[in-house]
Amino acid sequence: MMEQLLTLVWTVTKIMAIVLPITIAVAYFTYFERKVIGYMQVRRGPNRVGPLGLLQPFADVFKMLFKEIIIPTNSNRFLFLLAPVLSLAPALTAWAVIPFNDWMVLANIDAGLLFVLALTSMGVYGILIGGWASNSKYALLGGLRSAAQTVSYEIAMGFALVGVVVLAGTLNLSGIVHAQSGSLFSWFWLPLLPLFVIYFISGVAETNRAPFDVAEGESEIVAGFHVEYSGSAFAVFFLAEYANMILISALAALLFLGGWLSPFQGVPILGDTWLGQGGIHWFLAKTAIFCFLYLWFRATFPRYRYDQIMRLGWKVFIPITIVWVMVAGVFRVLGWYGG
Amino acid sequence: MSEIKNYTMNFGPQHPAAHGVLRLILELDGETVERADPHVGLLHRATEKLAETKPYNQSIGYMDRLDYVSMMCNEHAYVRAIEQLLGIEAPERAQYIRTMFDEITRTLNHLMWLGSNALDLGAMTVFLYAFRERENLMDTYEAVSGTRMHATYYRPGGVYRDLPDQMPRLAESRWRKGKDLKRMNRWREGSLLDYLDAFYDDFFDRVDDYETLLTDNRIWKQRTVGIGVVSPERALQLGFTGPMLRASGHAWDLRKKQPYARYRQMDFDIPVGSNGDCYDRYLVRIEEMRQSARIVQQCIGWLRANPGPVMLDNYKISPPSRAEMKDDMEALIHHFKLFTEGYCVPEGETYAAVEAPKGEFGCYLVSDGANKPFRVHLRAPGFAHLASMHEMAQGHMLSDIAALIATQDIVFGEIDR
Repeated sequence: MMEQLLTLVWTVTKIMAIVLPITIAVAYFTYFERKVIGYMQVRRGPNRVGPLGLLQPFADVFKMLFKEIIIPTNSNRFLFLLAPVLSLAPALTAWAVIPFNDWMVLANIDAGLLFVLALTSMGVYGILIGGWASNSKYALLGGLRSAAQTVSYEIAMGFALVGVVVLAGTLNLSGIVHAQSGSLFSWFWLPLLPLFVIYFISGVAETNRAPFDVAEGESEIVAGFHVEYSGSAFAVFFLAEYANMILISALAALLFLGGWLSPFQGVPILGDTWLGQGGIHWFLAKTAIFCFLYLWFRATFPRYRYDQIMRLGWKVFIPITIVWVMVAGVFRVLGWYGG
Repeated sequence: MSEIKNYTMNFGPQHPAAHGVLRLILELDGETVERADPHVGLLHRATEKLAETKPYNQSIGYMDRLDYVSMMCNEHAYVRAIEQLLGIEAPERAQYIRTMFDEITRTLNHLMWLGSNALDLGAMTVFLYAFRERENLMDTYEAVSGTRMHATYYRPGGVYRDLPDQMPRLAESRWRKGKDLKRMNRWREGSLLDYLDAFYDDFFDRVDDYETLLTDNRIWKQRTVGIGVVSPERALQLGFTGPMLRASGHAWDLRKKQPYARYRQMDFDIPVGSNGDCYDRYLVRIEEMRQSARIVQQCIGWLRANPGPVMLDNYKISPPSRAEMKDDMEALIHHFKLFTEGYCVPEGETYAAVEAPKGEFGCYLVSDGANKPFRVHLRAPGFAHLASMHEMAQGHMLSDIAALIATQDIVFGEIDR
């Protein structure tokens, strides 16, 4: 009995140790988004709350919390409030199987990759239900767009991940990282370059970010699925979106850039210093690169039209991924990579 | 089973892409637009009627507020109409100043259009880049007229005052000091003309910057090529003018066809499109910015070499100077009469049009010999363009509506008047 209790306490502690940093990371991701895009657009971004505006995310959070949650009269109250929860829960749960380094992982399950895929697919229900339950025309359109887009890009993303599984020979995320061990060039980005690119683009589409942000489509459908949300209900959607962005970035780092492995592994001289050792710092650095790409995209590209996104997904990405999965199989059989 | 019906959606008047107070009622089949019905009148301020209740010279400020992103061009049409009725002509230097400021206004308008068009299609950085340049140009408005937007700078018989010899500099403050201040003031050492010279020298590079972000961008092309195609015949039938007409393939430009001010002396080209889609309209307007820069540079050269009066020396129409008023009874009386009851305009009617950035902006003026116009009618290019919304939008998707509104360069001040 005592032992079970201890396990429980220990597990909850570990969960908190993951969820809290992620929440803070989300808060500062929004801050960096505004700063980075600000500097790209010849302005300064937030610089009023605290030194360099560093307290801005907290100001935002408190503002959101104190705002009223307005529930539209003819909405479905239960689903309306359930939707944000449904989108946040999977975004956080998926982190359970993410290995931060050799040993730091909450649940090192064998089918880790499958688990992540399953949970990221769940996220769309939040958006869909939120769009429907709002009983607003803009929100409904946003929900529909989001559903169609996420479902189609899930396929391309899934195929991209199949390529990784073929080379790694395992669904366990730590195993996949170990399979990339060697040097910079034994990471999977090289043999799976097309899949790598498609994976990340699909990831951007999955998270409904620019240039695929048609579900929000500011200039078309105002704010899309969350047009009727306010206060903390909106904040939860926001949190989920950013947590998902970080998750996709972390996965890209794990699957294609060797996770916590060092790029200097095996290099003479450097390989023996701390730079050559794998560790959480490398994992975080790689994740940050992808997070930055998200912001860079947002500042650069115009928005796709809804049907063009579909065309890109079905007619370009899916065929390429299918072909490259075969190519990866050939690599594996020839023994060039993996195995 | 219930009948399947199309979806009716209100696009505006409170919508981030509605460019003001456009209320567009869309009938959607899925995301495909079946019918687009623009409703106007939400910004109606009865400008024409107001102008009919005031002496001629007191309505110039209303004209600024019509198309509030191309202020001086509106003034130009109104002032020209009055001048035609009075049978007077502004001095040479004033004509050059007007030509130059018409082109500055065109740059202002096109920068605004470029920014909002890009923003409507999701590329928000271009918006801020365009506004950086726009702010610098706004300063020239301020330097000549004292106000950034609603200038009231053109007057019957000339312009309000000559160009300043010293471009106002930014003062030091907590936020602007040291190197930053020096950088921001680097163009402002000399006169207004020096400032404009420096700005337009730099401007060609800036336009290239915008083009780098958009022109060859695949997404941008996918969003604009083949969207809202208007055939040359149809463009004429719909009453299109300006870039909307030129993008469809007609080289119609009042600056060439019916030159006014000093456009006859200017060397510039008219860009013409071929497909009449959003992409062509984009290219035409981008090129117009470069041509405007050329015209301004020619004006700067002439204005530097030729000082002279900028206002008619006729106290029935133009006010006497402050200094004269101090010791000349006649001048004081003229001043008082001019600013209380204005002047009477001979009976007659006239139509004066200018090539405003959006198209032909015209002013139809009827005088019954009194000091107020009997009838003022303003021809706004945007009204004709907006009327084609249904035709351009039919069969396109909801997202394209944003592109279409942006490409028509809608400003509600002039449409609703």
